[in-house]
Amino acid sequence: MGSMQSQRRWGGLLVNGGLLLIILLWTIPTFGLFISSFRTREAIQTSGWWNVFPHRAYETVAVINPADMDLDPTGPMVIEGTVTTFEELRETGITTEDGTYYKWVGNRRIGRLEIQEESWTVDWDFTLANYRQVLSGKSFEYSRPDGTVEVIPGDDFVSAFLNSLAVAIPATVIPILVAAFAAYGFAWMNFPGRRVLFIMVVALLVVPLQIALVPILRDFRALGINGTFLAMWLAHTGFGLPLATYLLFNYIRGLPRETLESAFIDGASHFTVFRRLILPLSVPALASFAIFQFLWVWNDYLVALIFLGGNPETKVITQRLADIVGSRGNDWHLLTAGAFLTMLLPLIVFFSLQRFFVRGLLAGSVKG
Amino acid sequence: MQYDSSQQKVGLGTRIVTNILRILLPVAILLIAFWVMYMGFIFLREGNAPKWLIAIVAIAWGVGGVAALYWIFNWLVERMGDPWRGRLQPFVFVGPAVAMLIWFLALPVLRTFWISLFNRDGPPENWFDINNISGSLEALGIRFVGLQNYVAVFTDRLMQEAFRNNIMWIVFGATLTVMVGLLIAVLADRSKFERLGKSAIFLPMAISFVGAGVIWNFIYEVRPENLPQIGLLNAIVVGLGGQPQPWPQWTAIAPWNNLFLIVIVIWLQVGYAMVLFSAALKGIPSELMEAGRVDGANEIQIFFRIMVPYIMGTIITVTTTVVIFTLKIFDVVGVMTGGQFGTEVIATQFYRQSFTARNSGYGSAIAIVLLIAIVPVMIYNLKQFREQEAF
Repeated sequence: MGSMQSQRRWGGLLVNGGLLLIILLWTIPTFGLFISSFRTREAIQTSGWWNVFPHRAYETVAVINPADMDLDPTGPMVIEGTVTTFEELRETGITTEDGTYYKWVGNRRIGRLEIQEESWTVDWDFTLANYRQVLSGKSFEYSRPDGTVEVIPGDDFVSAFLNSLAVAIPATVIPILVAAFAAYGFAWMNFPGRRVLFIMVVALLVVPLQIALVPILRDFRALGINGTFLAMWLAHTGFGLPLATYLLFNYIRGLPRETLESAFIDGASHFTVFRRLILPLSVPALASFAIFQFLWVWNDYLVALIFLGGNPETKVITQRLADIVGSRGNDWHLLTAGAFLTMLLPLIVFFSLQRFFVRGLLAGSVKG
Repeated sequence: MQYDSSQQKVGLGTRIVTNILRILLPVAILLIAFWVMYMGFIFLREGNAPKWLIAIVAIAWGVGGVAALYWIFNWLVERMGDPWRGRLQPFVFVGPAVAMLIWFLALPVLRTFWISLFNRDGPPENWFDINNISGSLEALGIRFVGLQNYVAVFTDRLMQEAFRNNIMWIVFGATLTVMVGLLIAVLADRSKFERLGKSAIFLPMAISFVGAGVIWNFIYEVRPENLPQIGLLNAIVVGLGGQPQPWPQWTAIAPWNNLFLIVIVIWLQVGYAMVLFSAALKGIPSELMEAGRVDGANEIQIFFRIMVPYIMGTIITVTTTVVIFTLKIFDVVGVMTGGQFGTEVIATQFYRQSFTARNSGYGSAIAIVLLIAIVPVMIYNLKQFREQEAF
């Protein structure tokens, strides 16, 4: 039995170790972004975010003017008995016989020589400036280390955040409402065309929304609502309805028959039953779909790009972030802070309502 | 389940009136909803209220307006008396949803197909004029190109690149998502920190593709060789003595640079696969596994002979979902490379043709091809639905 026990122990180690490795792989990208969003602009540009962990690094302990040591950077130089060149000094630095490390900083003419020592260190130069700049709609002044001042426009994430809310909340609630009525109708009412219409719902579950963009854009232009939140609500309602109806139908059909029947016998109308019985009983299903749809609308980029367009007043948060990617793709201090801001609300929703979200996924694993 | 009287024998006249009302009711609900919201928008647009107030009013207006409409129309129908209520009430409930579905998804399939038969300007507006049939047909004929757009879709160099890349997305993206998801589900099922592990792997599901694009751009960030690398991947590569590369933009290894984009979607979607597999695995009766163990099967045999066959249905569901998802992939490619460096996919081509190049005929043809690629899944879903005997 001993070998079996050790086999089990090794198996457990393999399972837990393997999972731990995968968890690390899966969280490091987000973690790196999160850490970086609090680092200063220079820090992000010059060193990796992992430098916030203790690491060995060279630190300057003394600065020497090369002229004081009679060094001529145009030719070979002798420092404390070691022969070196400008290139070597600048690229790698040299270590003299007594163990001192010299490095050339700057260019050939006005550079300086630094004595550096390797020691354990952490780069904890954190700031909130990135967030301030991304959130604000005002312009920002940034003083470079060399003294010049650069004026940077703010990215107005506050207003983009509000726009995203104004798009996402109705675009979540309206389809749920419309779909709940329809699901009740399909599940508990009898009418001609019921089967055909529901088959249409199932067929439309996987239709890619790309198919609808060009014709719907024409309609919205004709109606004069292109570029408004109304257009976004309508579009997201239309595209979200098949899944919403299908999910809620499956749930509502499964509700206990006796409860409803006794309500009808008591003389309740369909509307009363729907409002007083079905809606309260369906809260779990409604919540799962709500989370699903909210995350989908909040994270959507394509629909916003087409139906909201380029008006800065109505831009949602994903558009703002994509704008920074497009125009200032190397401003990592802005990109990291902006990306984290777009993730903030979805992550809160996700962690507080994870149970419902999982249930929605399990019930609705047919959407395309 | 019948609590209404719509199936009673009624005269022809009543039937016609009933059916007209059944169509008119949902349309009226939609039109009034639309009008009310539209007026609200005009009002808001002309006002100078602060942004947050506009947002709150817009939310209340939109949501409250729709709810009020259902209430009003139901009230009206209930006032109508018994036979009419039975005939019309279901359509107050189901109608608006059906009308929205027809407007936003069913009709666009036909309309997009129609547009795809025309040149870059699409069919002329008001293309059918009953008073001038020959004139309108002529105007139609000038822009009509038949199936030429489809020929172009399958012969254009960029489209061929897009098809090749989408196949790569399916072959590597979908397969790896399913395999890694299954692996994690099995591992998590037996580990000591199942909940924590699942949350961590599931978390990227909450992140937008644009956000994920930023996260991974940062990992792939490249610096000149003599500067410290700030991108994690290049830092590791340089640390191991390699050359830094602009991974997704590394055209020298094309088409394999697509893999660096595919990894992102695997990272995003594995959580979904894992959740479904995990639930399916929990449904396997433990007696079945014990019986296998008693018969001397090792863990690997149990996995392939018992677990995999048992959850085959879930594997098919997850695979089709991820395949459809990868077929439509757009945001990640758009944000990471914009389709350059040999990473074009069908959806980015669709966007570029329809909205950047304003070639609506060609763009629509691409959308139709995308739909045709998905039709098998649609048929499979309908078949499953029939077998369930839900109706």
